[in-house]
Amino acid sequence: MQVKDILETLEIAPRPGDDAERELAREVTGGYASDLLSDVMGHAREGQVWITLQTHKNVVAIASLKELAAVVLVKNREPDEDTAAAARAEGIPVLTTPLDAFEAGGRLYRLLRGA
Amino acid sequence: MEFSYDIAGGDFSRAGAASSEVKKILKQLNVELAVIKRVVVALYEAEVNVVAHAADGVMQVTLDSASIEVVIRDRGPGIPDIALAMQEGYSTASPRVREMGFGAGMGLPNIKRNCDSLDIESTVGVGTTVRMVTFFNR
Ligand SMILES: Nc1ncnc2c1ncn2[C@@H]1O[C@H](COP(=O)(O)OP(=O)(O)O)[C@@H](O)[C@H]1O
Ligand SMILES: [Mg+2]
Repeated sequence: MQVKDILETLEIAPRPGDDAERELAREVTGGYASDLLSDVMGHAREGQVWITLQTHKNVVAIASLKELAAVVLVKNREPDEDTAAAARAEGIPVLTTPLDAFEAGGRLYRLLRGA
Repeated sequence: MEFSYDIAGGDFSRAGAASSEVKKILKQLNVELAVIKRVVVALYEAEVNVVAHAADGVMQVTLDSASIEVVIRDRGPGIPDIALAMQEGYSTASPRVREMGFGAGMGLPNIKRNCDSLDIESTVGVGTTVRMVTFFNR
């Protein structure tokens, strides 16, 4: 499964002006939901989608160091300006869902695990 | 091989930059991915600790065919009780830093889990030196 295959389920609208084809082709192997950066650093795994409400730039640094598939910001949160710029530079999709973390995680789990 | 990077205290916008540079080098050198993944976690946490808790610091990386050694030396408040600081959940981070999702008190435990040997020396009012070694092909 690729990042583009989770957009509809998580009600993620593509950002205008995104030429994100390559980013959205990143392979998704699972998900991790947390707002504590050290928790994600220590326990998330490569290829996971990170569900969080943190919108600052360090999110991109962590996603990039951990080679996460994408960051999904919950409840319509938008990335800070420098976050969006860093995301483009690193090629990490930072996406926005209207869903909360419980709903987003539940839907992603069902999509990935088919349960 | 040796590399060295400066770390600015307080500047969260650049946190992780040094770790990211080291990761690139390790990848270029074809270090095992499993080792890189562990090293990256430990490096990042040590770098963020300089940013969050100290005035400034230097990350020094020494690589040979068997291991990677990283020494992060900072000027800052130091750690009065290292055993206490090592406990998961212990943090003196400011409310602002906590709101960003840092300051969960999981950094030093993450470092410990992700290197093969860890040595912390600290002098209150002077600074802290964190030395970690990770072996290849464990
Ligand atoms: N380089 C450092 N200089 C001063 N204090 C430090 C340093 N690194 C860690 N500490 C102290 O140890 C505590 C625990 O560190 P850590 O486990 O990384 O958690 P956190 O950084 O989230 O607080 C910190 O809150 C701080 O009091
Ligand atoms: Mg820390």
